[in-house]
Amino acid sequence: MATIASLPFAIGLAYLLARCNFPGKSLLDGLLHLPLVLPPVVTGYVLLLSFGRNGPIGSFLFDTFGITLSFRWTGAALACAIMGFPLMLRAIRLSFESIDQRLEAAAGSLGANRAWTFTLITLPLALPGVLAGAILCFAKALGEFGATITFVSSIPGETRTISSAIYSYTQVPGGDDAAIRLMIVSTVIALAAIIASEALNRRMQRRIAVF
Amino acid sequence: MARAAMIHFDCELTRGDFKLDAAFSAEPGITALFGPSGSGKSTILALIAGLLQPTRGVISLGDRVLTDTEKGIAVAKHQRRAGLVFQDAQLFPHMTVAQNLKFAQYFAPPARRGIAHDAVITVLGLNDLLSRRTPGLSGGEKQRVALARALLSGADVLLLDEPLASLDAARRDEILPIIERMRDEFAVPILYVSHSASEVLRLANYVVRLDRGRAVWAGDPKDPASGISARRDGSHQA
Repeated sequence: MATIASLPFAIGLAYLLARCNFPGKSLLDGLLHLPLVLPPVVTGYVLLLSFGRNGPIGSFLFDTFGITLSFRWTGAALACAIMGFPLMLRAIRLSFESIDQRLEAAAGSLGANRAWTFTLITLPLALPGVLAGAILCFAKALGEFGATITFVSSIPGETRTISSAIYSYTQVPGGDDAAIRLMIVSTVIALAAIIASEALNRRMQRRIAVF
Repeated sequence: MARAAMIHFDCELTRGDFKLDAAFSAEPGITALFGPSGSGKSTILALIAGLLQPTRGVISLGDRVLTDTEKGIAVAKHQRRAGLVFQDAQLFPHMTVAQNLKFAQYFAPPARRGIAHDAVITVLGLNDLLSRRTPGLSGGEKQRVALARALLSGADVLLLDEPLASLDAARRDEILPIIERMRDEFAVPILYVSHSASEVLRLANYVVRLDRGRAVWAGDPKDPASGISARRDGSHQA
């Protein structure tokens, strides 16, 4: 959920950062990458302060739309998305930057406007990077612990992620079996994600090939 | 499909140490921009295609003004109808030859969509290549597809940026007659950038000689005053 919801934003921002120059670009770049370097608990606490029921954004969302994020699964998805976002953004941006801009110039000179050029040329060519970014974000979301537990706690059936569940089981007597089962599940999911990503990447590379 | 669109170019552009300050009007047929590396030939094509904006100047194509810095006119590059062909073709690598051509036709002005499609395929000799993916094509094949793609886009002018420079002699001999046929059968004005005297003498009916960003001579390439001699080909200078 975190990966799918944040993908369009990551594609849009990655394109903006890769292709456009504007005042404040470095600041935007820095802010977007902040969750990568900040301690996850700090990110979670910032989320709690801003998206909590009494926070400026949280109270606006509740008063206007009746939406509550803190201690809900939607909040957990938001925390995971924010933690995984810089990884996804980085992979997609690098992918955009590696595309020869003369291909886009050729498309423009053939009559395609910027939106068509993006849809038919830039995005298809950047697809392996988009995919790799999405997988990285998914893997990060899977392992997310610090920000999630600070923002939405670890409520079984609501906000508990695999990582926080494993942690909880290790804290109670006799919880080892459940922790090991979850450990195996998370390893299988992570491995499947990496294999799928590599397989899709190879398929894309074969289609795009080398000049 | 004769469409004689005269090009009028008068622009200034400064980029780092390089200063372009050139003015010329291209004749119908093939106009060669001839000069050594760094004389501003490719910069002129980029300005006409709208990839660069001049610091001052006017560019018009027929009765359409593409750029006029004084009047604040800068037509978007996708609306210029100037078909740019790069030295290394720049075919879309995720598409087949047919899809590359279809892309150009799709964005051609409605009145010109589909015009002479079969003739273009025949003249450029692409019948056997249509289903091929572009990364597997040879340099000469890529260049033929790029020329066809520019023609099918319904461009008012073709801008060929040293289309033969990266090809060996055999491939050059394969493409030269094709460009001649394009000139004769499709009557699209062509701006042809080259530093090869033999190419200019063979193809162009008009030449603009450039040197350090300035147009220093314009006229018939066979005129002795042009200073262009096939004997001195490869010297990168007239």
